[in-house]
Amino acid sequence: MSLFQLLNGLTFAALLFVVASGFTLIFGLLRIVNLAHGALYLFGGYVGYTVGTHTGSFALAAVAAMASVALIGLILDQGLLRFVRGFELRQVLLTLGVAFMLNDLALVIWGGDTFTVPVPSFLQGAIVQFGVFYPKFRLFVLLVGVLVFVGLWLLLNRTRLGALIRAGVDDAEMVEASGINIRRVFLLTFMLGSALSGLGGLLGGAFLTLYPSADSEILVFSLAVVIIGGRGSLEGAAIGSLFIGLFNTFGQVWFPELAYFVIFGPMALLLAFRPLGLFGRAA
Amino acid sequence: MMDRRQFLKTTAGATAATAIGAPAIVQAQGSGPIRIGLLAPLTGVVASGGREMVDGFTMFWEQQGGTLAGRKVEIVTEDDASNPDTALQKARRLVEQANVHFLCGDLLANTGLAVANYVKGNGVPYFIPIIAADDLTQRARIPNVIRIAGYSASQTTHPLGDWAWKQGFKKLATIGQDYTFGHEQCAGLARVFSENGGKVVQQLWHPLNTADFSPYLGQLAGAGVDAVFTMQTGADGTRFIQQWANFGLKGRIPLMGSMNCTDQSVIRTMGAEPEGIITPAHFAEGSDNPATQKFVKDYEAKFSKTPSLYGFSMYSGAMWIARALEKVRGEAENRAAFLDAVRTTELTDSPLGTAVRLDAYGNPIYDIMIRKVVKRGDGKFWNVPTDTYPGVSQFWKYDPETYMKQPPYSRTYQAIKT
Amino acid sequence: MSAATKAPAAPGRADLKVVILVPAALLALAVLPFVLPTYQVSVATQILIFAVLAMSIDVLAGYAGRTSLCHGAIFGVSTYVVLYGSTVAGLPVLASMVVGVLAATVLAAVFGVLAVRTSGVYFLLLTLALGLIVWGVCLRWTAVTGGENGLRGQLQVGAFAQPRALYLAVLAGAAVMSFGMWRFVHSPFGLTLRGIKDSESRMRSLGYNVPLHLVIAFTVSGFFAGMAGAMYAVFNNFVSPSTVQLSQSVAGLLMAIVGGIGTLFGSVVGAFLIIALEQAVSLYTERWLMVLGAMFVLIMIFAPEGVVGKARALLARSAQRRGRQ
Repeated sequence: MSLFQLLNGLTFAALLFVVASGFTLIFGLLRIVNLAHGALYLFGGYVGYTVGTHTGSFALAAVAAMASVALIGLILDQGLLRFVRGFELRQVLLTLGVAFMLNDLALVIWGGDTFTVPVPSFLQGAIVQFGVFYPKFRLFVLLVGVLVFVGLWLLLNRTRLGALIRAGVDDAEMVEASGINIRRVFLLTFMLGSALSGLGGLLGGAFLTLYPSADSEILVFSLAVVIIGGRGSLEGAAIGSLFIGLFNTFGQVWFPELAYFVIFGPMALLLAFRPLGLFGRAA
Repeated sequence: MMDRRQFLKTTAGATAATAIGAPAIVQAQGSGPIRIGLLAPLTGVVASGGREMVDGFTMFWEQQGGTLAGRKVEIVTEDDASNPDTALQKARRLVEQANVHFLCGDLLANTGLAVANYVKGNGVPYFIPIIAADDLTQRARIPNVIRIAGYSASQTTHPLGDWAWKQGFKKLATIGQDYTFGHEQCAGLARVFSENGGKVVQQLWHPLNTADFSPYLGQLAGAGVDAVFTMQTGADGTRFIQQWANFGLKGRIPLMGSMNCTDQSVIRTMGAEPEGIITPAHFAEGSDNPATQKFVKDYEAKFSKTPSLYGFSMYSGAMWIARALEKVRGEAENRAAFLDAVRTTELTDSPLGTAVRLDAYGNPIYDIMIRKVVKRGDGKFWNVPTDTYPGVSQFWKYDPETYMKQPPYSRTYQAIKT
Repeated sequence: MSAATKAPAAPGRADLKVVILVPAALLALAVLPFVLPTYQVSVATQILIFAVLAMSIDVLAGYAGRTSLCHGAIFGVSTYVVLYGSTVAGLPVLASMVVGVLAATVLAAVFGVLAVRTSGVYFLLLTLALGLIVWGVCLRWTAVTGGENGLRGQLQVGAFAQPRALYLAVLAGAAVMSFGMWRFVHSPFGLTLRGIKDSESRMRSLGYNVPLHLVIAFTVSGFFAGMAGAMYAVFNNFVSPSTVQLSQSVAGLLMAIVGGIGTLFGSVVGAFLIIALEQAVSLYTERWLMVLGAMFVLIMIFAPEGVVGKARALLARSAQRRGRQ
């Protein structure tokens, strides 16, 4: 439609990518559909908000958000998921229970008000280019999305850990059989995936605000991205995020009555006819 | 006031013990405590509003000393979880197990409609200071459902339409949440504005809980209008106002909003983004009326926050109930007399500082103030009145019977005169 | 002989248990409304309705091996149709109920066809997405569904205006439904389903039309969910998008799991436990969601086979020990 709407779609897609990349890593490698992923987003955002408003530092808030959520991920994996290893459905339902608990805990700690993560002054305001007046922070989110993609790509394709993760996505048993401590790789991946969700919460909390039902909303979007893009695929998550982000934005402009179907429709169709998504490979 | 948990436990025990052979509980007339069933969303999407509802309501009774006409006042609070099925369940529990004399509260329109449908069948009085669905006091009114201290959705926006025209605005665009409350509020403005000769050039609707308003803001910026009206509640309000400022529209295009848009529950966690927004309301926490100021001071002292519509409305609702009960000497059991007292009560000591009474259809008549968000001495922002429209009912200047013959306001019927 | 395949129960002792226990239980349930106060009677009615929903989920999960997250939506669609039929369309209540169940069954058939190629987690996600679509339709199609305000009516007409009578009618309905589901899972068709649950490839190589069986199972399971939904319409007199939202499917699934997937009657126990617990917990605190989540987690770790499942396992073990003596 216009540069303005295109930027809207892209910046939203960037946020989705940050969150969904974590989700697809966990789903791809650990075969866990972590339904608590949205709650991690919200928790990370709230922690980031608290640290940001008390210290005035966005960087500290980011570190706090990612670290706290990685810690929750650690507890979740080591403390709870370890008891249901190998049972896919039980894992999924367990994470759903955790999602409920985290959501209610957040309500107890922070209450039901809507919060906005404070943004550093150099990112406030807008840029005026090509006749378009666009907020700086949203462009920053776009940049972060690109950086996360590049960072993850380098991690997966240029490091030993990344090679192990990729091998594990393809065939976890074989990696285990070759004597590598796959458990540690799994745990690190889980923590990384969670931390990404927390980072997403911080970013989203700045331009989309934090509120009690944000967790289920972002979870549904993440599910849609990963289902469309394919389990465990970074490129898939990127394509899926672009698709959902642009579709959602233009859908709101062109078909406002069909707000939810532009997301759920493709998701359901793909699951019915091509469950592996665009880039996923069979287990 | 007895703790609700303790109360419900002893009631459950008592009813279980006496149930065998005597399933119905017979109460001594006019003795024992007056039991009020308070329903509010304490969890779920509108949890923060629900919390304030309970705060405002209980603050009044505490100021009263917890008694009325020699009887103790007991409030049994139930969480409706922002969900109509839960609201129904809790309403049943309050009426059938806790044996409350009447129900009060609920926030979301659909929870109110569900409970109203239930009390339609059993005649329990139900007071709805917050639920604003127009039809509950118009075409679908139920005799025992009364909107004390509340307002109907289009009541405050009808006068705004008149005010907007008087400002010299010729073309408006509206953007609102796509549900009944949103449709009704926008329609009130659109109707009066267009009847005055103005043009509503564009109307945008977005789903509840829209996180990203950027697609809509783009359209509004290019619509070529003199002003924009936005109808928002809760988190959508916070986000809309912030994004309106972030995208540089603040100050460029005059912004008017619905009352809930700039309510304290929305603006108290924000900075200067809401400054200058014009909203129509019966309550303005920045009004210099002494009764209002006293209420605001008391509320701030007790809860460390400036009162929102939720706190104010439930406080006034509690006051209304108390005055009506005093008229019937505390006989809450006598439903007919009590309801009649409620309908004929004129609230003279309301925090609004003006007398408030109900119209013939169960909805209050108010002086509607056109308010502006300004900064006050301590750096916080609040709504201060600039103009007033006295004696506005839910029907504005129209004849009620003619008004109700038209269809209710909806997304497709915005009553715009072309 | 493995524990998974059971030989047909030996006549005599087993039948005696059924002949005595079932009527006794039904009698106890029928007497309840005469000893309980009004509110508890309505809670009991609710338990019965949700027990039927949970059982319908178990039919698919426990006997065909497909765990679904859309049965709440199917249940709710029936509720919507019943309320629409009896208020807007002006049909008598029973006729609306028939149409409601029909609608739910057709919807389940459509979902079944869409979902037939998936299993496990993907099946779960697909049904989740389908349920979300139903919710989206109910929320946006305001002209028919009333949007977020939903539909309301006064369906408790005639005899059903009394809570006691309503309870007994629901009890009768639930008993008939349970019997129907029990017969279904113990029929030859049901045994085939269990075979599919154990090993799809084996059944395929034996010549069974697995996809057809799964679609039929989904449809039948949806039929029973629709029956529960129709009863709910009369009980509640109200429906809104909350009735079809994801949490309804999750609640039903949890009841089936708590009771025991694959035990069918465990769902009754599960429904009772969850609803009774919710009633008790909400007297003391608003933190019901936290308690529910914790329950989910604990059950998944310590008792994934549910209460009845665990009881059966314990009984079987003690019977084995006795047999060895």
